[in-house]
Amino acid sequence: MIAETVAWFGDAANWSGPGGVPARVLEHVGYVALALAIALVIAVPFGLLVGHTGRGAVLLVGAGNIVRALPTLGVVTLFFLLLAESTPAAVVGLVVLAVPPVMAGTYAGVQSVDAHVVDAASGVGMRGMQRLWQVEVPIALPMVLGGVRNAVLQLVATAAVAAYVGLGGLGRYLMDGLAILDYAEVVAGAVLTAALAVVLDLLLAGLQRIVVPRGVRLAELTRSKGPA
Amino acid sequence: MTIEFRGVTKRYGGGAAAVDELSLTVPDGSMTVFVGPSGCGKTTSLRMVNRMVEPTDGDVLLDGRNVRDIDPAELRRGIGYVIQHAGLFPHRTVLGNIATVPMLSGWSRRSARRRAGELLDTVGLPAELGSRYPAQLSGGQQQRVGVARALAADPPVLLMDEPFSAVDPVVREGLQDELLDLQRRLGKTIVFVTHDIDEAVRLGDRVAVLRVGGRLAQYGTPADVLRHPVDDFVAEFVGKDRGYRGLSFLSAGALEVGEVVTVEIGSVPGESGEWRLAIDDERRPRGWLAPGSTVDGSLAEADLVAGGSLYRRGTSLRGALDAALSSPASLGVVVDDDGAAVGVVTARHVLDVIERHPASATATSRTARA
Ligand SMILES: Nc1ncnc2c1ncn2[C@@H]1O[C@H](COP(=O)(O)OP(=O)(O)OP(=O)(O)O)[C@@H](O)[C@H]1O
Ligand SMILES: [Mg+2]
Repeated sequence: MIAETVAWFGDAANWSGPGGVPARVLEHVGYVALALAIALVIAVPFGLLVGHTGRGAVLLVGAGNIVRALPTLGVVTLFFLLLAESTPAAVVGLVVLAVPPVMAGTYAGVQSVDAHVVDAASGVGMRGMQRLWQVEVPIALPMVLGGVRNAVLQLVATAAVAAYVGLGGLGRYLMDGLAILDYAEVVAGAVLTAALAVVLDLLLAGLQRIVVPRGVRLAELTRSKGPA
Repeated sequence: MTIEFRGVTKRYGGGAAAVDELSLTVPDGSMTVFVGPSGCGKTTSLRMVNRMVEPTDGDVLLDGRNVRDIDPAELRRGIGYVIQHAGLFPHRTVLGNIATVPMLSGWSRRSARRRAGELLDTVGLPAELGSRYPAQLSGGQQQRVGVARALAADPPVLLMDEPFSAVDPVVREGLQDELLDLQRRLGKTIVFVTHDIDEAVRLGDRVAVLRVGGRLAQYGTPADVLRHPVDDFVAEFVGKDRGYRGLSFLSAGALEVGEVVTVEIGSVPGESGEWRLAIDDERRPRGWLAPGSTVDGSLAEADLVAGGSLYRRGTSLRGALDAALSSPASLGVVVDDDGAAVGVVTARHVLDVIERHPASATATSRTARA
């Protein structure tokens, strides 16, 4: 099995053309990026609003839990069937799955900002939006990005499964391999999917290091070690 | 800027009053301290000045202008606000924190940061702290930054809610001294909240004692509140030591300073049957040389008994009495403004002066009646 999988990776035919690894990886990343972008546009403003005003939190958390309880393949298939069996339909399914982790991370991030800091922000004369952008968002960033990382892991895995309803990407190797009982191809598809997930997560971890303000990281360190 | 509370009442969610019909005036350029037990409405009263809390009834006026008529954000930019946990923005450097209000008020980034730099100095912090983050500061330093942030736009009014309660007593005393000094230099109108009567008495030009239920029990000068508490609640609250604390307000005009035998560090002291005060070459007291103690050769610090507190000439009688009581020789050391020893006082002598003091006589009789 291992030898066959290695042989699959060694076969030049698997590295070129529309069915080759580079093309499939790009396709896969494309679905993930598209679904993530749409999910961010929907989830971040909602998460910020609920975190900032403290209103609607119960609804947000409840809805998130319901979506999380749904079987991912079921969601993707449902939208595929509802929306005339097109690729966009599968992407909509992915978006639905990516929204809850991003929204939860954003909401929790804003919510977790120290109440004294929020109070001080109003107390020095910041208006609502100034407080949100100048104080709450920078401090919430680590948790927002934590939500994004969860969403990306979820998306990479689900996009692979979505090949079942005709989507391209790395899931094709799983589906096509199963169809012709070529298990080396199935394993190769699984390995590639996992590797992509790891690489994207590492990239986001790097991004997190760059964009999270230094003072916020220092404060986190102090908190975890106890006050200085 | 004068702050006036006019019949101010606050009920949260229609429940019992947190502040009940509060009426008092904080005169321009003075400091009023709200003091009282936990939950008596100090914070609520304070926050109605900058509209962080809206009164249920009554008005707060700044120089006669109702704060209701001022946009809350504008109002708050013109009022310095310091809270207990400093509430510094963790993602901004010290300079960034201090520059917050000037930036909100539309100053250029450069002038806001220059101003922030000046304020570091005003609150007694070294310039190199400016680039640090709050997580890299001690509690006392964070409080100072909180004060600097409140002062940045040079507001005429300062609201301070238990700003020093989270720091240790030594640091707290230093911060209190600096606040008094700031107040003398800058002439702000300050409302300060504490539940510590000592702090209230030390800082306030006036003290407002609040009781649970948010009612004003007494409003007056610290000396007044200590010497003439209006009722049992205030008397109880200002505590058992109020007679002693009251000494803070008796000046030591009539106190005569006695002579004391001194020996200089480094000299050969010889023998003596009495306590001798050891001094350095600038006559600053270093400790006491006990009666009958022998010294090998010249006098060193190691030969001395540690001294008590020092009494600076011209300050209140409380310090004089404390110096005498804390001295191993029962002699309180009196120093001049440069810290040089000028003589000693005994507790007996201080008490004589207190008893002859007219104000303290009334205090004693009032206390006897209470
Ligand atoms: N946001 C709020 N909602 C409801 N009740 C409140 C609120 N803030 C304060 N209270 C109540 O109002 C009363 C006065 O509270 P306040 O915080 O003004 O007291 P305080 O004198 O500052 O007390 P402490 O010394 O503990 O800080 C208390 O009974 C408190 O429980
Ligand atoms: Mg309070």
